[in-house]
Amino acid sequence: MSTFRSIVFSSVIAGFIVGLIVTVAQQFGTVPLILKAEVFEKAAETHQHDAAAAPQAAAAGHDHAGHSHADHDHGAEAWEPREGLERNAYTAAANVLTAIGFALLLAGFFAVRSGATGESVSWHEGLMWGLAGFAVFTIAPGLGLPPELPGVPAAPLLSRQIWWLTAVLATAAGLALIVFRRSVPAAIAGVILLILPHLIGAPELEHVETNVPSSLSHQFMVAVTMTSLVFWSLLGALTSAIFAHFDRRAEMSA
Amino acid sequence: MSQSQLTNAQVTHLPVASGQVGRLSQALMAMVLGVFIVGVVGFSHIDVIHNAAHDVRHSNAFPCH
Repeated sequence: MSTFRSIVFSSVIAGFIVGLIVTVAQQFGTVPLILKAEVFEKAAETHQHDAAAAPQAAAAGHDHAGHSHADHDHGAEAWEPREGLERNAYTAAANVLTAIGFALLLAGFFAVRSGATGESVSWHEGLMWGLAGFAVFTIAPGLGLPPELPGVPAAPLLSRQIWWLTAVLATAAGLALIVFRRSVPAAIAGVILLILPHLIGAPELEHVETNVPSSLSHQFMVAVTMTSLVFWSLLGALTSAIFAHFDRRAEMSA
Repeated sequence: MSQSQLTNAQVTHLPVASGQVGRLSQALMAMVLGVFIVGVVGFSHIDVIHNAAHDVRHSNAFPCH
């Protein structure tokens, strides 16, 4: 189990470092925009509860019917972290866990790859894998489902999650065919796989009405994409370097 | 078919044949664990997990709400 141990050690270390750095980056990039959008979201909700007869509120109520989670997400029923430090602590923990999860995925590829070539994956090759992760997990699903702010109604959650997963799997398979199969038919099949989820199209509402200004949504899209670029390039380079270190040591002691 | 490719890879690249299979299955185990962690943090419909990871889901552009 020495390979598994090396993968887990390196993923936990890289995940901690990258998760904490990204938490700081998000405090400047995405979190202020989420908080701003929540002001609009909360205002729309109280408006809706107070004056259900007003035409604007009726429209908002209609949107929220398609957006069935509005009530239980922000209702008083379920626990949620207190504003400020507690909320940010959970954000940091979730970032670290997400980074560890994706690092496990990357390091798994590094282990298979270095096992097949006999050479450890360099930090530079790791960076390339990280950028592939950025394309697969941020760019491809983000084209159909742009990063969304709280308070912007969207299609039912499960349908979006299924499309997100489809886009991720198709893009990963398409890139793998193009990079590792180096033949014309494989490259054509790869490009088709890259395009396919966007031909199917992401689920969206026919009619979206929100108080969140579109300039805020646009800023958020840029902020998410940039913090995610930092996340993936750091995670790819760090995970590969740390995994190579542990893997060499495991081989020497074996 | 993939099994036979695997056997070829072992013969050509590694002196210890069983080492490669062990490496592959250990890597797969780690990857499954990674996908599971990301799945729970980013995609679970349980309210408490959603609320704790709320800002991260939005910041990673995972489908949320």
